[in-house]
Amino acid sequence: MRRILFEKTGNGIWISHLDLMRILQRAFRRSGILLKHTQGFNPHAFVSLALPLSVGTASRCELLDFELAESEAAVDTSSLPERLNAALPDGIHCVLGYDGGRKLKELTHLQVEVRLEYDQGVPAGAVDAIDSLFHGETLVVEKRSKNGPVEQDILPMIQELIVSQEDGNTVLLSAVICAQNPSLNPDLLAKAVSTHLPDLAPDFAKSMRIEMLTQDGTPFR
Amino acid sequence: MTTLLERILPTVQKPARYVGGEYNQIVKDKAQVDVRVAFCFPDTYEIGMSNLGMRILYGVMNNQPDVWCERVFAPWGDMEEQMRKHNLPLWALESHDPVKDFDLIAFTVGYEMSYANILNMLNLAQVPLHAADRHDLKNIVFAGGACMYNPEPLADFIDFFSLGEGEDSTVEILDLYRKAKAEHWTKDQFLLEVSKIEGMYVPSFYEHTYNEDGTLKAITPKNGAPKTVTKRIVHDLDHAYYPTKDIVPSTEIVHDRTNLEVFRGCIRGCRFCQAGFTYRPLRPRSVEVLTRQAKEALEDSGNHEITLSSLSTSDYKQLEELANDLLDYCAPRKINLSLPSLRADNFSRELMEKVQKVRKSGLTFAPEAGTQRLRDAINKNVTEEEVLETCATAFEGGWSSVKLYFMLGLPTETDEDVLGIADLVYKILKTWREKATNRKRGCRISVATAYFVPKPFTPFQWEAQISPEEYTRRQRLLKEHMPAKSVDYKWHESSLSRLEAVLARGDRRLGAVLEHAVLHGAKLDGWDEYFRYDLWLDAFQACGIDPDFYTRERSEDELLPWDTIDVGVRKQFLQKERKAAYASTITPDCRTQCTGCGANLLYPEGPCDA
Repeated sequence: MRRILFEKTGNGIWISHLDLMRILQRAFRRSGILLKHTQGFNPHAFVSLALPLSVGTASRCELLDFELAESEAAVDTSSLPERLNAALPDGIHCVLGYDGGRKLKELTHLQVEVRLEYDQGVPAGAVDAIDSLFHGETLVVEKRSKNGPVEQDILPMIQELIVSQEDGNTVLLSAVICAQNPSLNPDLLAKAVSTHLPDLAPDFAKSMRIEMLTQDGTPFR
Repeated sequence: MTTLLERILPTVQKPARYVGGEYNQIVKDKAQVDVRVAFCFPDTYEIGMSNLGMRILYGVMNNQPDVWCERVFAPWGDMEEQMRKHNLPLWALESHDPVKDFDLIAFTVGYEMSYANILNMLNLAQVPLHAADRHDLKNIVFAGGACMYNPEPLADFIDFFSLGEGEDSTVEILDLYRKAKAEHWTKDQFLLEVSKIEGMYVPSFYEHTYNEDGTLKAITPKNGAPKTVTKRIVHDLDHAYYPTKDIVPSTEIVHDRTNLEVFRGCIRGCRFCQAGFTYRPLRPRSVEVLTRQAKEALEDSGNHEITLSSLSTSDYKQLEELANDLLDYCAPRKINLSLPSLRADNFSRELMEKVQKVRKSGLTFAPEAGTQRLRDAINKNVTEEEVLETCATAFEGGWSSVKLYFMLGLPTETDEDVLGIADLVYKILKTWREKATNRKRGCRISVATAYFVPKPFTPFQWEAQISPEEYTRRQRLLKEHMPAKSVDYKWHESSLSRLEAVLARGDRRLGAVLEHAVLHGAKLDGWDEYFRYDLWLDAFQACGIDPDFYTRERSEDELLPWDTIDVGVRKQFLQKERKAAYASTITPDCRTQCTGCGANLLYPEGPCDA
């Protein structure tokens, strides 16, 4: 198994999970690198993405696992990012390629950034109030699930959260949250602010994955 | 801070279609270009990006170093709602600049049901709808495409129409515009000069007057405009531009594959088919060029599927050689080769097996009519024996599903012809029972019937469209007689085809109807989710226009709204073909014998064959 670390930013954040799978497969073909395929009339490539990313969320730490066709055995995985980048659309950019890697179940946490935008400027006292909100006893947020909306205390899934003012219009939440079993959608951090501090509800919020982490806090590779 | 668009995108379906940034999109420095073109496709991204004409002309225009052509598509309803709510004008995908800032606004129009989208897109772009209300050289709106051979319903809104194939003429338009802009011409000056380019139709240069019964009385050219405008064709397809370094969409589109155009024109002459006449004369590409283009396009796009396209691909003389060459390249690379629009009469088992080596695709026939008599009348030269033989071959080869397309309401159709469809379906089922080698999943036959729409430049251009009531009666009659088991029968609703028939043979008085309908919410008529017939009926009523006037039978000596336009095929030929239809007499294909349609005169270097 081979692995590539890539970023999804800019226009790329609007690409859905399924479309991204197709884009990556095409990028391999364009680079002249043949992926390993299943047999049969409708062959599909051995590719998988760790932790699907929501449309609209940026990321600097996406991982693609794949296998190459036998004829490509000599290909050096570390050379792939450069070759693939020439074949990828705006906003999808490979950073690192390597063989093997840790098992997916060792990926436990995500470092994320959430930016809360205030068109009229960050309200006075916002940073402190938001900081208190995330450091209380419980923080119940309504989340969508297959069976309709569910109330959920998100604090147990937040390992660490730092609130700061990034510029005159932006509050930055920098957090380490649970990645799997259970996972926390970073958009819920902004939703918590809008729900519990309606006066501080931002005009817009956007999230970005910064790093995938293992249990001991080191980057997952 | 995020832009307004970025804030809207999370709220709409499939946001990737609104931002551009795809592999191979063309970005230029706007300070370094002289002419900016907003190239609009009047339907969604998924449809528009599947359009070969748009891909060709995008490349042709951007090959001009001082021209930057960008793409614009119709937004889906959720996006339109947000745009209107936030007053966000329609933008082009490459630069995200508003369409109203562009020099030229071009539309490529493939079918009548997108007319409303053209007006709606101009409206969303905040560009005045009426050509007469746009006074400057900026925002000149022009249109072309397969559906623009009767552009009259759009005459109020479009400054000029580019008729026929645009590879050469679009460059001439851009050259003229560049000069006009540099020399600060008025719009009138520009239009006058445009009208002198072959293939350009400036509708405001023609005065239409009417008789008391509503029929056209006269079409009077003004400003020295030619009495008729002849469509343009590309003479040498092997040397014409063809996109092989092409945009690869980042989101799934309808035809998500490499498209190889093997020839233009059609040898068949099916009497209902507009493209069959308007795409003439026949001009092929050579196997060498096609194979090279296929490899280039596949390598550059990374597509894992390629399709051969034309009006009747199995009529390509060197199909076998081409298919073999392509399979040699595709098979080891796991690339799927699909061959659409194969006709029943020469679909060889050998070819089918070769294609099957890579991936099995479905089997599709369009007999169009249920009896031999009616198939002869429409010159669809497919016999029942051929259909059944091909099905037998396919069933023996392991296929078990067949798609069949028919039309109801063809000229001279009787109930016997309608029931002939059900009869043919029974015979195919029987063939399956006798021949199938793969019985596990049973036989699946999909049957679809459409409501016949008479089109300009066909032998049926004078015919009435049968009434919606009569269509529904025939459709129900067929439904009653269709075998229920193993057959999935789908039919078109009458309202959409009724409207299509009105617009197809419409005149410029329909402009008011279009405008009324669009301003009251008509859009995306080709989509069930959005088509609202009531809006159109209201519009007809409000404008005092009877839609039945447009679906009636026309007299052969009546002046037709599209008589200004010359597609190469002569009216006398169409009249002769119409008579042959009444006699159920077939006309041999162009390869057997030249039928003297007249289109070969556009192509003196001939031969007119593929």
